[in-house]
Amino acid sequence: MRAALSRLDAKGSPYLYIVPFFLLFGVFGLWPLLYTGYVSFNDWDLLDAGEHTWVGLANYRELLGDAYFWNALGNTLSIWVLSTVPQLLAALWIAHLLNHRLRARTSLRMGVLLPNITSIVAVTIVFTQMFGRDFGMINWLLGIVGAGPVDWQANTWSSHLAISLIVAWRWTGYNALIYLASMQAIPHDLYEAADLDGANQRQQFWRITVPQLRPTIMFTAVISTIGGLQIMAEPLLFAGTSTPTGGSDRQFQTAALFMYEQGFREFRFGYASAIAWTLCLVIAVFAVANFLLTRRIANDEK
Amino acid sequence: MRFLRTVGALAAATMMLTACGSGGGSEGGGGDITLDVNLFGNFGYEQLYKEYEAAHPGIKIQEHTAAYNDHHRDLATHLATGSGAGDIEGVDTGFIAQMREAGKQFVDLGTERQAEYLPWKWQASLTKEGQQIGYGTDVGGLAICYRRDLFEKAGLPADRDAVSASWAAGWDKYLEVGAKYTAKAPAGTAFFDGGGALYNAVIGQAPQGFYAPDNTVVVASNPEVRKAWDLVVRAIQGNMSAKLVESSPEWNNGFAKGQFATIACPAWMMAKIKDQAKSFAGKWDVASVPGGGGNWGGSYLTVPKQGKHVEEAKKLAAWLTAPEQQARNFTSQGLLPSIPALYDKPEIANYKDPFFNNAPVGKLFTTAAKELEPQYQGPRTGDIQTTIRDGLIRVEQGKQGSEQSWTQTVSDIERLTK
Repeated sequence: MRAALSRLDAKGSPYLYIVPFFLLFGVFGLWPLLYTGYVSFNDWDLLDAGEHTWVGLANYRELLGDAYFWNALGNTLSIWVLSTVPQLLAALWIAHLLNHRLRARTSLRMGVLLPNITSIVAVTIVFTQMFGRDFGMINWLLGIVGAGPVDWQANTWSSHLAISLIVAWRWTGYNALIYLASMQAIPHDLYEAADLDGANQRQQFWRITVPQLRPTIMFTAVISTIGGLQIMAEPLLFAGTSTPTGGSDRQFQTAALFMYEQGFREFRFGYASAIAWTLCLVIAVFAVANFLLTRRIANDEK
Repeated sequence: MRFLRTVGALAAATMMLTACGSGGGSEGGGGDITLDVNLFGNFGYEQLYKEYEAAHPGIKIQEHTAAYNDHHRDLATHLATGSGAGDIEGVDTGFIAQMREAGKQFVDLGTERQAEYLPWKWQASLTKEGQQIGYGTDVGGLAICYRRDLFEKAGLPADRDAVSASWAAGWDKYLEVGAKYTAKAPAGTAFFDGGGALYNAVIGQAPQGFYAPDNTVVVASNPEVRKAWDLVVRAIQGNMSAKLVESSPEWNNGFAKGQFATIACPAWMMAKIKDQAKSFAGKWDVASVPGGGGNWGGSYLTVPKQGKHVEEAKKLAAWLTAPEQQARNFTSQGLLPSIPALYDKPEIANYKDPFFNNAPVGKLFTTAAKELEPQYQGPRTGDIQTTIRDGLIRVEQGKQGSEQSWTQTVSDIERLTK
């Protein structure tokens, strides 16, 4: 009996240990996901005490023909590219610096994470003030060098640039730390051998560091894609009026913000759910594409 | 056996989860109850809460304030999901019709106080079935607040009677004054704050606004809506707008920096000006609004059925909106009562505000409120206002011409109210 119990313990206990995760994932991850899928096939008015009728694919059909959805998707991609590419390059460079002989290395390493642990609302509000039209610091600086003031919220390019900067500010340090961790796992003798062969710093970086970081670069590229395509708080707060349309002409309304507008301003729960699922598919496609792409690039470097 | 153990662990985990979940709640010890009051902006109730708590031992009042749009969106969501609303929820005129449509979700406050209120104020929160969902707090009324010093610098008469007279004939005259101001405007100032706010004031005077009384949207067909649009566009094209969006941080900043000389001024706006433009005390003044009366804003206190302490909440809401408290809120905060019997009381009718150069605001606002022709408000009035505001911002930003922006605004509103 005792033997049977201990055999059971060995076989059964591992499942018990992982149960809490699956339980939480089921309740807060899987169930909402499936329920959202169900809601997306309904005409569902949030205000009407959850009255709903099954409409099949009608929400998805409407979405594909909705110019505001395509506009939001375009804005999302633009902001994502503008923030992710410079952010990952900068992170790589910062990690490279932090990996070398520096004074106060530990505090600098911890310092790069500060923007990430600062509240997103606080960061966005401060940046929005800096990008203010009449009394913003950036326009003041532009004025000193003789460039005209820019109404950052008004134009498509300027608003995308400003929002991308806020996003990049928050996430560059985080990615730099991930790069740094994996840089420190690169065997030192590789660099010593390269030194002996007369390779300079630059060559060492591109020929040793970057190829060795390949799995990490792929990881950050995929994670940044997933995060970047869901950007919502920054454009919502950047507008300054807490209206979820992303500017007077929706010039910086992202897909996630469009979903929020449809769900919680128009109260079209079904339509918003259809947006959520479509966005989920778009993110999956981009994440896979990015995975394949970064794997290729890193391969070529070898 | 393995199955049983798994089930046992699941049960234990569930118990832990539920144990964590039931930790909250606002019950205090010893039978104390806490009433949650969710508001937007500044209702000026801090002092009143203290008195109420002192007179009613065992009752604590906790106020939560959010931004205008956020507050109403949260309330709608809480009503929809059946939980999360406070014991008392403030609702603005722009959203009262939307809440009225969801009248089943609110406690019926009965008809006892009907005789006290301005009839149109009472009607606006009354459902089709005759259920009263909210006690009126204040009404907006409408005047124009202006900066005397800026008027003087621009070479315009700054005396309040002269200013009132200069645009008494209507908004066209207001624009004429604006053109004169703009020609000699002190650097860094404009005639008014922004197109959206001016639009609200102008359309508020029309006999019919965005809705017909049967709740059909008449934005595209009501000539008044387009007329007000054209007027504001003319003002924007005449360079009179400071291009600030109402309630944005830049707009708040605009008061402190003195970026505009006039602003459409419901009674509650005076509190806003006092908050934001402290350094200009005495330089502000109040003139009557072009074209006589008008109303912009004003609020209600509602009691959602899902609240935990419905009876106590009803009593508190009735007390906060009772005549004595409304009268005090006028002299302390500038919030104009919605109870007309108060308008002729000397402490209100003769009230002068030193911040506004001792302007007779009591007389100005009560006159405007008495002359007011009430306008029917439909369910999405607040969101329609925001959509029109965005359309005017596109013109201000030079992104679109008037005609193009109008077309887009109308189609956006059609989509919104579909």
